[in-house]
Amino acid sequence: MKKMLTSVVVLLSSLCLSAGAYAQTKEIRVLLANHPYGELLKSQIPEFEKQSGIKVNFESLQESQLTTKLTTEFATKSSSVDVFMTRPLQEGKMFNKNGWYEPLAKYDFSDYPKTVMGVAQAGGAPYLVPLVTEWQVLYYRKDLFKAAGLEVPKTFAELEAAAKKLNSDAVAGIASRGKGAAAVTQLSSYVYNYGGAYIDKGVAVFDKPAAIDAIRYYGKILGSYGPKGVTSMSWENIMPLFQAGKVAMWTDASVFYGQVVDPAKTQIPAADVGIANLPAGPKASSPFIVTSWGIAVANQSKNKEAALKFLDWASSKDLAIKGMLSNITMARTSVWKDPKVVAAVNPGLVATRDHAAEFGNPLDRPYMSAVGEARDQIGELIIESINTKGESAKLPEMAKAKAARVDELLKDAGEYGKP
Amino acid sequence: MRQPSFVERHLRVIFPLPAILFIALLMIFPIFYTLALSFTNWNLTSGMPMSFVGLRNFFRVFAEPRFHDAVWRTLSFTFLAVFFEAVLGTAIALILNRAFIGKGLAKLLLLLPLVATPVAVGIVFNLFYDPTIGLANWALSSLGLPQGLWVSDATSVLPSLVIVDVWQWTPMITLIVLAGLAGLSEEPFEAARVDGATPWQVLRHVTIPMVMPVILTAVILRLIDALKTFDIIFAMTGGGPGYASETLNIMGFKYSFEYFRMGQASVILIALFFFVLLCSLGIMKLRSSSEN
Repeated sequence: MKKMLTSVVVLLSSLCLSAGAYAQTKEIRVLLANHPYGELLKSQIPEFEKQSGIKVNFESLQESQLTTKLTTEFATKSSSVDVFMTRPLQEGKMFNKNGWYEPLAKYDFSDYPKTVMGVAQAGGAPYLVPLVTEWQVLYYRKDLFKAAGLEVPKTFAELEAAAKKLNSDAVAGIASRGKGAAAVTQLSSYVYNYGGAYIDKGVAVFDKPAAIDAIRYYGKILGSYGPKGVTSMSWENIMPLFQAGKVAMWTDASVFYGQVVDPAKTQIPAADVGIANLPAGPKASSPFIVTSWGIAVANQSKNKEAALKFLDWASSKDLAIKGMLSNITMARTSVWKDPKVVAAVNPGLVATRDHAAEFGNPLDRPYMSAVGEARDQIGELIIESINTKGESAKLPEMAKAKAARVDELLKDAGEYGKP
Repeated sequence: MRQPSFVERHLRVIFPLPAILFIALLMIFPIFYTLALSFTNWNLTSGMPMSFVGLRNFFRVFAEPRFHDAVWRTLSFTFLAVFFEAVLGTAIALILNRAFIGKGLAKLLLLLPLVATPVAVGIVFNLFYDPTIGLANWALSSLGLPQGLWVSDATSVLPSLVIVDVWQWTPMITLIVLAGLAGLSEEPFEAARVDGATPWQVLRHVTIPMVMPVILTAVILRLIDALKTFDIIFAMTGGGPGYASETLNIMGFKYSFEYFRMGQASVILIALFFFVLLCSLGIMKLRSSSEN
């Protein structure tokens, strides 16, 4: 009996000891996105844990699920998230309004261009660190262009002509997202190049003639020369088609370049894949260039010190260089001049970035709190236009109703009429 | 004599208590909570505390054309799917009910769709349906038939989803009807044969009426489930293209977890709840009248 008691005491005390040791190791919970940079962070986290002694519990989520999870956890005040990847344009405004981001006054932002910082702060107070920038480009098949005797299109007229010529039963002339809300970001550059916008000074303006013309053009080229079933396609459906050689041209974000030329994933030789500026429209050549991903500390985090340490590490220049070397286009300015990067990165990527940085637009969607619903509204216009090859007679009427709906959403959030 | 203890005296309350608590917490409470939410303007993105708004959410949602479309779509998806499942399921059960070589194997194969994860089924069917590189169009074109757009087109998306549902759930009806057939007594069949009934007459006037209550039970189960279908649709189309496959459940999901308007989402889900309730009551009534 005595022996048994002793062993119980020993067991209990060892349990207490290990619990004590457990309490001393700092732990943080990190939510990452299923994005190439999220993957990179995941692979480097053991390194961080070794350096800092902080244990990182991470979860990876698809982008819209990440927004849903964060919003529900923060709004119901039940969150244990310390650090998270975040989309400044999708949720930034709403998260900041609700005070879910920890202010980052002490972070050194000198390496980030002003255009990039626009969506990372409000009233001069930064709340997230930009990680990745994306801009819209035209991916094209050099071999098909050569065979057809075509030059890379510089204008929308040339783009349409090329799409028509390259379109066949086996290969779609052009592809771009057609799946309603998902297509809104890719349509944005077309709208800008027609001289339009989604929202101007806090009022929905996508029912104005410039935007309607852009929506018609987008619908015409995709409806006539796009892949079959394009109205249900986002990038995850188009990329495999391009990789399988079923698409001649594809306009989408620059971030996919790495995967398009990865010999493990694509059937076309990297030498046959070209990257160029999105052709100019009648009014401008202003592709979007956006801070697609950033990283932030949760305001309600109980481990802020450890969380900030992780944030510093995850947004460090060293990791940014690693990102650049795996074809992720990072937001830090200095990494684009790093000799290792300059030697490795595709010159087309650099050239299109230079163009976008100079002439581009820092938004690719209606920048507002209720962005999800606004995207659905604009998405309906895109589908209508594609289904009618841009000819729909009721498009202006529809656009007017949708714009009124978006204005309502802006009013509900107290953002109407505010720049 | 020993007094019975407190527990002994209250056995009939204490024994079912865990089950009652479970039902109250996990079934009744959520229903009433949803009902309560439907009278509030709770919005996760607004940052404002929720307040009572009366019937405003109901008026707003019921006036929405998108809601009417979703109701219509939910009902047509359900009735199409359950109709084909009931017909095919019963037919297969009748075939399997006789002895033949490989019957065990056929039954086993039939079970496979039932145990497959719906999301995985959705992903595989999406590959199958892909208009450019999918197997379905490849098969159609090698037979010289015109190709379809399947889930990529607003007009064909609902039937395409019905096919997936039928593929996955017909075996359930088959299994239930098979069990029903196995339980039938032999006498009425013998009597019919003695009276010179043809096999068709036996089927039409003896077998089917006798298993009808079982078929209707299977249909109720499927109907309730089909009205609430979420996984297959969400995994395959997310309600698209546009809203072309948005059922009430998908719309409720979008309103709650994409627009974060919990009040209006609750209205949608309450509407769905009533459809489920009405349909099951209707079928139960039908069943009791067929039993008589």
